[in-house]
Amino acid sequence: METSIIIETVVKAIVILALFSALAGFTTYIERKILAFMQRRLGPMNVGPYGLLQIAADGIKLFMKEDFIPQNAIRPIFMIAPIITAATAFIAMSAVPFLPEFELFGYTVRPIIADINVGVLFVMGVASVGLYGPLLGGMSSANKWSLLGGARTAIQLLSYEVVSGLALLAPLMLVGSLSLIDINNYQNGGFTSWLVWSQPLAFILFVIAGFAETNRTPFDLLEHEAEIIAGYATEYSGIRWGMFFIGEYANLFTICFLVSLIFLGGFNDLWFIPGGLAIILKVMFLIFFFLWTRASWPHIRPDQLMWLCWKILMPLAVLNILITGFVMMF
Amino acid sequence: MSLEEFKNRNVGVQNYITVQDDNYPKTNGEAFKQVVKRSLKGELFNGLKITFNMMKEALFKNQMHTVQYPAEKLPISPRYRAVHKLLALLESGENRCIGCGLCEKICISNCIKMDTRIDENSRKEVLEYTINMGRCIFCGYCAEVCPELAIVHGGRYENASEQRAHFALKEDLLTPLDKLSLQKEYEGFGAVSIDADEKIKKTPLLY
Ligand code: SF4
Ligand code: SF4
Repeated sequence: METSIIIETVVKAIVILALFSALAGFTTYIERKILAFMQRRLGPMNVGPYGLLQIAADGIKLFMKEDFIPQNAIRPIFMIAPIITAATAFIAMSAVPFLPEFELFGYTVRPIIADINVGVLFVMGVASVGLYGPLLGGMSSANKWSLLGGARTAIQLLSYEVVSGLALLAPLMLVGSLSLIDINNYQNGGFTSWLVWSQPLAFILFVIAGFAETNRTPFDLLEHEAEIIAGYATEYSGIRWGMFFIGEYANLFTICFLVSLIFLGGFNDLWFIPGGLAIILKVMFLIFFFLWTRASWPHIRPDQLMWLCWKILMPLAVLNILITGFVMMF
Repeated sequence: MSLEEFKNRNVGVQNYITVQDDNYPKTNGEAFKQVVKRSLKGELFNGLKITFNMMKEALFKNQMHTVQYPAEKLPISPRYRAVHKLLALLESGENRCIGCGLCEKICISNCIKMDTRIDENSRKEVLEYTINMGRCIFCGYCAEVCPELAIVHGGRYENASEQRAHFALKEDLLTPLDKLSLQKEYEGFGAVSIDADEKIKKTPLLY
């Protein structure tokens, strides 16, 4: 019994690692394609049919590129920083139920590595440790652009951590559990029982905070190319740079799964669509939305970002909690 | 015109209009109103709609803005001024250039160098003719000034290469003898216009 659980967990961990690393690469391709179509370009076209092998080419390039460390950089920290980003992004996934339970060769597989009863807290907590990746990377690079990127990491991720935490509080009050599976089961009454209908404000706040926490345009101040070149990643090359981006895309998937699980009904069956497919469709739509906004909306300045966070989103989140509390009380 | 007017270099500054000058909110209340208006107006979603329509049109109506450059090239005007050509005489295949040196003289970036001598028939013969493409600014003066329509501008605009051999010598620029039948009367910059024959007038000597 014990060994079977260990083996199962190890297999699941490997599957998730492999799947999401591959998906990260594939998402960069999709992102380039969608952005291209939205700007009436073609995107990658030359490597393979429709540029599909571009992923492989990029991967080879990242692995082969010289991995250099700048002269005045603080070596150990500089080398560890990307690992922190990638590792925390994947550790956060361990408490996310990706699909409903399914049978495989007569064996019930639960597609979650660890069903801990503080799932949301764990995911949010570990994901916020991911802040140390860009922060330490930026600070140890001996480069002023990186330093600025690192500083922006601190202000952006820390501030939006507050918003996302507060935004999640209201739906959690309704559900009364921190386990993502419980949250999912709370919405098993079909389309109308989705939490987004009872908590629309929390949904909007969480999506905005999700954008900021995954460092997506319009909130990608950490590596705003127009202002600070590549921000915290300026000095990184090769596979270390790649790890930052695998981490970023893994975080993107985590946030999309969280939004689908907490607000959009999770992996409950939707009309005739089975639950497993439903959640994948939702996540795909959210990812598309993330790319869509990237093509449509302009960057914002750091001061606007802070203004939005502390003067608009934070009060709104508190207000939302208060209203939810009062509604639940009476 | 007085000297004062010449000295005034501030031409045009007076007519600038500041965009949106009147729209900035002045009090806190107005600023708040603007924020609320902008938040509720859904301008952001308008942006989303536009990009989505762009994507739809790109995908289904194939309205792309791109040219797949090395595979697909845009037609360029025959009057475009790219790398020079030295044309040959159609009858004899001889270089049209008479070595007058006008192009060398007029070239504003001093990139044409030529060497001439008087040959055995007491005619001027061009020994060397080089254009330093690295200095040429493709102004077209040389083609303009050439009395013999010998030097013209061709349409070859791709000048980058990694091999020395790809950069032309005079022999490469001049139409080779065996290809002479293929040399078209050139339409590009520095050449006579296509309807030059109709425009031509008899010289007094003919009368
Ligand atoms: S195009 Fe202008 S710069 Fe170039 S060779 Fe002719 S005269 Fe000189
Ligand atoms: S102006 Fe024409 S004819 Fe005279 S030297 Fe130059 S190319 Fe030859």
